[in-house]
Amino acid sequence: MELVHELPHISMAAETLFHIGGFPVTNSLVATWISMLLLIVVSWRATRRMELVPTGLQNFVETAVEIFYNGIARIRAGEQAALFLPLAGTFFFFILLSNWMGLLPGFGSIGLMVEHHGEREMIPLLRAANADLNTTLALALFSVIAIQIYGIKVRGFFRYANRFIRVGGFVDFFKNPGNPMRLVNAAIDLALIGPLEIIDEMTKLLSFSFRLFGNIFAGEVLLIVISMLLPYGAPLPFLALEIFVGYIQALIFATLTLVFITHATHAEGEGH
Amino acid sequence: MDRNLIAGLTIVLGAITPAAMIGRFSAEAMRSLGRNPEAGPPISANLILSLALTEAIAIYSLVVALAIKFVE
Repeated sequence: MELVHELPHISMAAETLFHIGGFPVTNSLVATWISMLLLIVVSWRATRRMELVPTGLQNFVETAVEIFYNGIARIRAGEQAALFLPLAGTFFFFILLSNWMGLLPGFGSIGLMVEHHGEREMIPLLRAANADLNTTLALALFSVIAIQIYGIKVRGFFRYANRFIRVGGFVDFFKNPGNPMRLVNAAIDLALIGPLEIIDEMTKLLSFSFRLFGNIFAGEVLLIVISMLLPYGAPLPFLALEIFVGYIQALIFATLTLVFITHATHAEGEGH
Repeated sequence: MDRNLIAGLTIVLGAITPAAMIGRFSAEAMRSLGRNPEAGPPISANLILSLALTEAIAIYSLVVALAIKFVE
């Protein structure tokens, strides 16, 4: 039971560092700001003086975006990929950078010692951005709202609304009457399929946020536990695993966003 | 019951079906690859997608297990 004593305090919620005008600033929020700043500075530096034949940083950034565009976005979204690239690409690079940054030494290991319930505890200054449910929920909200916006933009408001309040079957029937069984089909569509689609959108929020949070937080816990069992050498393969998981989760978030957007922007029956 | 035991049972029971299904999906993907090796890229793209959706179920129980273990 000695081991349990040595385990550092693992907190599922991000710890508050300080307050700005009543808003708590947590350590994962600070990490989010750092990765945002890094992305902004790098993309600004890379595109400041664009050249036809890219060199240095511009070359690197162009290669990264091209790999994402040709390898992921075009496969999932086809010709429309360029329209969705800014959103999906930002998701991909932001999540990738935050996940990998969270593995650096200093994250979770450098902190302030504070008195808490009579015990001395360390509050880390930095915590992997996606090891906080608030960050991943914010990303999920962005994604799900963007899916609706793209759907309305590409298909028009009423056509898109028909996905949730399915009156399209009735409209079709009255325009072009035929077999009355089509009315029954339309009623089933309105009463069952529409509500299911609404629930589906809610579930997307849940699955997006919990998948990313669960993977990254579980990775952190895994690394802490392994470091407690065998501090030298043993964490190395697990760090490699976490690098892989960080990439896969970024890929999955971007891919799922693209898939859902493609689904929302395509009319039913058209397929792709 | 002991909290550690409950946390362990949560992840064990929650991981059974996703594990079985992930194995099945991968086996089916391998089989289709064997039949039609040119269809590699779309098969792997769709495989990753279905694996992500399946794995999410296991992740839910993992999150619940961690919550039982670490949240007082």
